[in-house]
Amino acid sequence: MSEVTRVRSERQLRRERLRRTRAVRSGTIATVSTIVFLGAAAVAVTGSPGWPRVQDSFFNPEAFARAWPDVLDGFWTNVQIFLIAEPLILLLGLLVALTRNLRAPVFFPLRALAVAYTDVFRGVPTLLVILLVGFGVPALNLQGAPKDEVTLGVIALTLAYGAYVAEVFRAGIDSVHPSQRAAARSLGLSHGKTMRYVVLPQAWRRVVPPLLNDFVSLQKDTALVSTIGVIEALRQAQIYAASKFNYTPYLAAALLFVLLTIPMARLTDYLAARSQRRRGQ
Amino acid sequence: MSLLTIEDVWKDYHGTSVLRGIDLAVEAHEVVCLIGASGSGKSTLLRCVNLLETVDDGAIYLDGVEITDVRANADDVRKRMGIVFQAFNLFPHMTVLDNITLAPRKVHGVGRAEAEEQARDLLARFGLSDKAAAYPDRLSGGQQQRVAIIRALATQPRLMLLDEVTSALDPALVTEVLGVIRELKEGGMTMILTTHEMGFCREIADTVCFLDDGVLLERGTPEQIFTDPAEPRTREFLKSVLDARRI
Repeated sequence: MSEVTRVRSERQLRRERLRRTRAVRSGTIATVSTIVFLGAAAVAVTGSPGWPRVQDSFFNPEAFARAWPDVLDGFWTNVQIFLIAEPLILLLGLLVALTRNLRAPVFFPLRALAVAYTDVFRGVPTLLVILLVGFGVPALNLQGAPKDEVTLGVIALTLAYGAYVAEVFRAGIDSVHPSQRAAARSLGLSHGKTMRYVVLPQAWRRVVPPLLNDFVSLQKDTALVSTIGVIEALRQAQIYAASKFNYTPYLAAALLFVLLTIPMARLTDYLAARSQRRRGQ
Repeated sequence: MSLLTIEDVWKDYHGTSVLRGIDLAVEAHEVVCLIGASGSGKSTLLRCVNLLETVDDGAIYLDGVEITDVRANADDVRKRMGIVFQAFNLFPHMTVLDNITLAPRKVHGVGRAEAEEQARDLLARFGLSDKAAAYPDRLSGGQQQRVAIIRALATQPRLMLLDEVTSALDPALVTEVLGVIRELKEGGMTMILTTHEMGFCREIADTVCFLDDGVLLERGTPEQIFTDPAEPRTREFLKSVLDARRI
């Protein structure tokens, strides 16, 4: 094949010029329509009768500045919970998914346990899991059981999200075509080696987008551990809001969560688009 | 005026040209057969005609109207052509009848009763009447490919593009698909097809075009191309195909 060095014809140059002007026109239309839409939304909100009240209690710059350092400080706790819980969830989810895939009869109790776990923890609201673990485990007075709220929060989130992630992994494993497994087994690879070298690497690529989606959701749900006494972003905002009767600190906390989740959401989109391209060929 | 005119068409992929200035005119009722090695650009040319690929230079005209115009509506152009792929691409969640009537009903606005009647006529014509209610996975490869051809035919296209339609089939099933194409030719359908079946190409084509590395190197009647090719590359290609057949 030859490198493209040819001179484009007059017709092609005209076509490319036309394509460019059309691209510019599309861009202009998009920009204008966005401005009009945002303008209309702004007018509708700021023109509402209650706007001065809302502006004072939700968009108060002084309250924002006053609460910001402490909310930011509390948010660091959210980030820590998230960073510790995430790998634990991945591990738990993968283990449960693999357990559910064990076929030998001797593993029946393990398999039953895994099924029971996913059924129960997907069914119970996350908030309820956090409350039960947060208040129930310390009450047991067990030797060595954690009493620290952050640790308890991490455990509760891991239990709640592990069930979802296990199902995501299982769907990914099941989505690898059976002929792949047959090919690997026919080469003499054991069930475990088939999983490790053939099935999981293929499954992994497919589950990354839905996993990231679950983690975006986990980032927000770290706020739920405020209910068992962890002083994180939401709790800090609550403290300020309660003392000054101004809701702006909530807005500060919301802003922090959004700033954390947006990059994750974009990464998810990017990975999903990439795997789409790969498969689309 | 030719039904389809391809004028100096270029197509680039990743910095290399896979089509390098293709010129080709197809008259109404003509059957044009594209031959050439894998990677010679046969399929790409069909995809350009169907606007699945945008050309990087040159122009394609259907009934005298430029379809490669930036302002042309690709859907409107495709409505007037049928394309059939190597891999059938039937919709697995629909019955044979629904596969065939989907485009007539949803694109061309034909009523369900009329569309189904036409579909049943076509199925009868190609010996598939008993498969109307079946799902594609219940059919053999040859049957699936015949349904795919019927599906393309159901919109009454001006032109049919057949891209290696027998390549995924085992020899016993090739015959029945070729029979369908033969029948189409008798019905006067204009077709461009790419194929590796040289015997069939020789039988059915009005014009044979040999593509080599993105260039339409030689064209002529089947007699001329298969018995007395002018280009050494054509001779080489035909010899390699014959050798492969002998093994």
